[in-house]
Amino acid sequence: MLSKRIIPCLDVKDGRTVKGVNFVDLRDAGDPVELAAQYAQQGADELVFLDITATHERRKTMIEMVKSVARQLNIPFTIGGGITEIADADALLNAGADKISINSAAVRNPKLIEDLAKTFGVQFVVLAVDTKHVNGKNMVHLNGGRLITELETENWIKQAEDLGAGEILLTSMDHDGTKAGFDCGLLGKINQMINIPIIASGGAGSMEHFTEVFQKANVDAALAASVFHYGEILIPDLKQELRRNNIPVRI
Amino acid sequence: MVGIINYGAGNIFSLTAALDRLNVTYGMVNTENDLEKYSHIIIPGVGHAGAAMEKLKGTGLVEAIKKLTKPVLGICVGMQLITEHSEEGDAALLDIVPVKTKKFDKSLNIKIPHMGWNAVSTKNNPLFTGVEDNTQFYFVHSYFIEYNPTFDIASADYGLKFSAAVQKDNFYGVQFHPEKSGKAGELILKNFSNLSL
Repeated sequence: MLSKRIIPCLDVKDGRTVKGVNFVDLRDAGDPVELAAQYAQQGADELVFLDITATHERRKTMIEMVKSVARQLNIPFTIGGGITEIADADALLNAGADKISINSAAVRNPKLIEDLAKTFGVQFVVLAVDTKHVNGKNMVHLNGGRLITELETENWIKQAEDLGAGEILLTSMDHDGTKAGFDCGLLGKINQMINIPIIASGGAGSMEHFTEVFQKANVDAALAASVFHYGEILIPDLKQELRRNNIPVRI
Repeated sequence: MVGIINYGAGNIFSLTAALDRLNVTYGMVNTENDLEKYSHIIIPGVGHAGAAMEKLKGTGLVEAIKKLTKPVLGICVGMQLITEHSEEGDAALLDIVPVKTKKFDKSLNIKIPHMGWNAVSTKNNPLFTGVEDNTQFYFVHSYFIEYNPTFDIASADYGLKFSAAVQKDNFYGVQFHPEKSGKAGELILKNFSNLSL
């Protein structure tokens, strides 16, 4: 049986991880390679690196980081942030990334999804969607939820699947940062609509929230950042808890 | 020393990185003469099987690969290439292992691609030495190799039972990605590099 995946997400700026990480025994908490190795050892099934660098040197720095991670890491990982064209994706693939995640570039140019899927295969293309509830509708937002678009979340995800997205990373901006649990209602609804894997994101605060999102929304994977970085939830404990609840996991 | 068939189907950085971690030496196979230099051969591959086959034909290595008597390991699409035919692009493949590569059927109530960690039920085969039965490996594919007890050395379930690994004579194939499957995956690569026929 296919396992449900647990995915820590790391923000990277100028080749260094940012946001607090307080693992013990880390020589350098900002080193993405060391952090990634630590997560792999703990039993993370996959990792997502989100590049938030804004400088011109961005691409070069990122490629070097991806290569370093790929040299060390023996689990799959996704790179997101600033990917706008085939050449960006090609460089990341050749540096060892398993998947790329696109968000605003796909909203501005939906054909990018199709082009990436045709060039690299659907398995390489993750569509990240930030959604927020506005006037009774779920609307796609950009820039970390600051900018609303005219796209309704359900329609956009369906369109992206048709264009060749291989996986959806859905972040509920209403739940993100609240630690009050995932948006199981919306995730379950979207999950029923599509035939590609979906990663739940936004709202994880406790182990019960993970159990809940797998049981209620039946998503394929759950992603979180701070609860893992600050050691509030340890992945081995989480996997045991999920297994106790009869959710298939890799231990 | 492992020779990797260099035919441009997908990135091989992760594979060579895994071999580096295992201290397994390797080089690239670009020509027929290169095949002589190595004791073991890996056929990597991601993407479209039909397109990968066309690329492989472009290297002029097809006949030489079919004649190999040293251990050969196809990974993912590289495994599919050693089968007879793929429904992906209705492509005739190397036909080394007489089984077919088929598309996962949505009507089985499964998501496609099959993406993530799945348990593998292994048979007694040197490729899986030291790997516990039902160990999980990382898969990402939309086409699968039909289960055939004659050639199957490991199977997995996703809507139906399919071959996660096959063997015929010196030819091996794994559908999962050993280079992305944690310690168990690394063990598969190590076992392969130690195979002697």
